[in-house]
Amino acid sequence: MSQTPFSATYVVVEDEVTFSLTQLCQASGAEAEQVIVLVQEGVLTPRGSGPQDWQFQGPSLPRTRQALRLASDFEIGLPGAALVMDLLDEIKALRARLRRGGIG
Amino acid sequence: MEFKDYYATLGVERSATPEEIKRAYRKLARKYHPDVSKESNAEERFKEVGEAYKVLGDPEKRAAYDDVGRRYHGGQEFQPPPGWDSGFEFSGRDFGPGEAREFSEFFQSLFGRVGAGRRERADRHLHGQDHHARVVIELEDAYRGARRTISLRVPTVDTQGHTILQERQLDVTIPKGIREGQHLRLAGQGGPGEGGAPPGDLYLQVAFRTHPHFRVDGADIYLDLPVSAWEAALGATVTVPTPDGQVQLTVPAGSASGRRLRLRGKGLPGIPPGDMYAVLRVTAPPAETAAAKSAYEALARAFAGFNPRQTLETTSR
Repeated sequence: MSQTPFSATYVVVEDEVTFSLTQLCQASGAEAEQVIVLVQEGVLTPRGSGPQDWQFQGPSLPRTRQALRLASDFEIGLPGAALVMDLLDEIKALRARLRRGGIG
Repeated sequence: MEFKDYYATLGVERSATPEEIKRAYRKLARKYHPDVSKESNAEERFKEVGEAYKVLGDPEKRAAYDDVGRRYHGGQEFQPPPGWDSGFEFSGRDFGPGEAREFSEFFQSLFGRVGAGRRERADRHLHGQDHHARVVIELEDAYRGARRTISLRVPTVDTQGHTILQERQLDVTIPKGIREGQHLRLAGQGGPGEGGAPPGDLYLQVAFRTHPHFRVDGADIYLDLPVSAWEAALGATVTVPTPDGQVQLTVPAGSASGRRLRLRGKGLPGIPPGDMYAVLRVTAPPAETAAAKSAYEALARAFAGFNPRQTLETTSR
């Protein structure tokens, strides 16, 4: 046996994990206020009526991290990051169509 | 350790104004930011650019860096002069969670201790930090599942308050059916907790290495499948590779280039599994010999009325 620690317990975040507001903050490094802005901007769409009982699906984690990266690296604020992410989503959808057609 | 010329990284003069530095950074960020760039080395380049701007974009860090730079002579092995940073407070921009580990050894040696004094939010003060890393796997690994040993460079705070990087090996099971861009959460493998509090988690983003033949779209796989003109016209059974081994595929008679043939359930495994699509590419052999030329001539005679550009005539008028 090597000394390599072995981790047998993993979960696939996108399929199996939901986050509360506090858990999403812990995992992404965001402040609660930033997450609230991302919900207002439509980047994140939690279930639940308010911050206290919000439940975020797994893909919310990479989206939150991406929004923070864009906002800080380009100094464009979270609303600016939200716009960039909308456009990136659109480009991704268009590229997928090209790929399916064998052009991309 | 190598001395890093941050001015060269941003492509600015040593005398550049803060505005010039910001402008140079913005331009490079738009080009190389991994979230928006298509450049193959985007991630690596953006790290260098981001690190350079982190220093040159902050007046205090820039002054400290210039000071060290004046004492450094090109070609030497770089060592930070002892006690060089005592006069600097670094009250400027904070580091984000886990951010310091993204930077080079050179950066760590100069500014590493800044991360250590970072203000923590009270409600996650004791709980270990969650860490993020990326693991690149082959498409075939996603079909079968795989074990990978990954090396993580983990920032650790030493007794002098400096952040140093420690290498850590971790065995990771890649589950069968994982999709490009998905994340694995490894409980308790993040930063250590303080005062008996639980450690943070490690999040691993899974990326696929670009495959020479297969394109991936979610759970579906695409393959360009070359077929000869007669296979497409007359129909044929051909052997087709999939990431999980070869299969026999029937090309129906009368197929045209671009036709997509679906291999149901041959995409990435899952419930339900994805599909694989073979996109036909009709190819013609070169006419290099007399026999080949006469075969093409016979074909031309047999299809005297065939106009491959018929569709252009209706639109060009």
